[in-house]
Amino acid sequence: MFVYADHAATAPLSKRALSAMLPFLEGGYGNASSVYAIARDARRALEAARKITAEALGAKPEEIYFTGGGTESDNWALRGVCEAKKDKGRHIVTTAIEHHAVLHTAEYLKKQGYDVTFLPVDKLGRVTPEQVEKALRTDTILVSVMAANNEIGVLEPIAEIGALCRAKGVLFHTDAVQAVGHVPLDLSAMEVDLLSLAGHKFGGPKGVGALYIRRGLRIPPLLYGGGHERGLRSGTENVAGLMGMAEALREAVENREEKNKRLTALRDKLIEGLSRIPYSFLTGDTENRLPGNVSFVFECVEGESMVLGLDLAGVCASSGSACSSGSLDPSHVLLAIGLPHEVAHGSLRLTLGEENTPEEVDYLIETVAGVVTRARSMSPLWDAATQTPTERFWGPGSLK
Amino acid sequence: MYSEKVMDHFSNPRNVGEVENANAAGQVGNPKCGDIMKMTMRIEGGRIEDVKFKTFGCGAAVATSSMATELVKGHTIEEALSLTNKAVAEALDGLPPVKLHCSVLAEEAIKSAIADYYRRQGIDPTPIVGCDVDCAHCHG
Repeated sequence: MFVYADHAATAPLSKRALSAMLPFLEGGYGNASSVYAIARDARRALEAARKITAEALGAKPEEIYFTGGGTESDNWALRGVCEAKKDKGRHIVTTAIEHHAVLHTAEYLKKQGYDVTFLPVDKLGRVTPEQVEKALRTDTILVSVMAANNEIGVLEPIAEIGALCRAKGVLFHTDAVQAVGHVPLDLSAMEVDLLSLAGHKFGGPKGVGALYIRRGLRIPPLLYGGGHERGLRSGTENVAGLMGMAEALREAVENREEKNKRLTALRDKLIEGLSRIPYSFLTGDTENRLPGNVSFVFECVEGESMVLGLDLAGVCASSGSACSSGSLDPSHVLLAIGLPHEVAHGSLRLTLGEENTPEEVDYLIETVAGVVTRARSMSPLWDAATQTPTERFWGPGSLK
Repeated sequence: MYSEKVMDHFSNPRNVGEVENANAAGQVGNPKCGDIMKMTMRIEGGRIEDVKFKTFGCGAAVATSSMATELVKGHTIEEALSLTNKAVAEALDGLPPVKLHCSVLAEEAIKSAIADYYRRQGIDPTPIVGCDVDCAHCHG
């Protein structure tokens, strides 16, 4: 059996997205900036994609700027605001669990002389508006808090944080790459100044994304050139890709309630099944959680070997262990929620999508249990006779 | 990223477990770093008659442990001590650069077990084995 359970890494292209793309891959190759008929067709498509994207988010079309993906959008938001507001102040506030696209950009800005506060999170991965408020200073120019975390699936209170920032006169950016298309987001009812999204996380193609910039806010471009996207993001538009992204987003939003009901049921079934494996614990928040995210730690097992073992059984999953990341430290998110290194190495993330079935979830439970049992049988940290860890680094109560 | 040999030794590891009546045991690595290797041996007449391993670690850690036990089993102590991490990695048709430390750990696990063997005989292993990276032994 082949089971794809890594939707937070990327999701399969939806059929509707593919159909929306094909006319612009097969024939409609016109450059949307040229003047002749096939170019005007491309321009029309591009503006339709912008309108669809805006509608799905509760935004206005002129607030949507297309980019080359989530990473670019995050870079642009942070660097753009810092440049635009440098005369007002040089302090930004973000969290310890952001995606590297935000974290590494913030670290770059630090080197450029900006002061960055990385807010800690609680054991469930949540940051509070009160924490943000306490961190604000007179020279704070930007707060950036992710809408949903890519590893542990926790949803952050961005509506409340946005309202607070607005009241305090500080710009608010949210990296919503994992949230868009999956959880309700209505920008017309929220005080968000900038929002990043990426097409391939909700059934669109890779290499396309967008940055929402609230009307009235001006930030300088990240890329200079021919003046595309009203002078703010140069580069010939990827019309096929953007059509695919817009259609995938429309589809995701149309079916969200029904899809989420199904997904949440599958997710909870998977959580329940994996919880039966001894010395295993769910990470993240059970309440405020992405509908497809199941993130666990298994004591006495190393994550990359679990991922490899699952691959041999046809399961695609991922881990935040050091060996999976190619660095010496396990995931910064797992360390931020308080897991010791020893335990964070045993992390496994399964992220479900629309095409997963209850039978596949049964297979996932059975396969993960098998892989964990096998790894433990060869682990010097596991006592085979008593089926317990030889040394406890952590207890199940630690995350409560 | 992994060679077929690495995947073979990961999916069918050789010599897993603990040798019964072992007269040598060594453990290296640290759970904090995400890998621990434990090797147990039965050494008779200067020859490693049996060797087994237990490893907590990534795919490369499991594969290098498995390969290292294969490379020393049935060999003399001298031969085992001459085994380098490079030889372990080469026997696996190479390792990704970030995983080379796993092969270092495998070499150290063999040395640590042999040092333990000498210690049990009342012989100071340091002149023979060199540093066995059992830091607690030297530095308390």
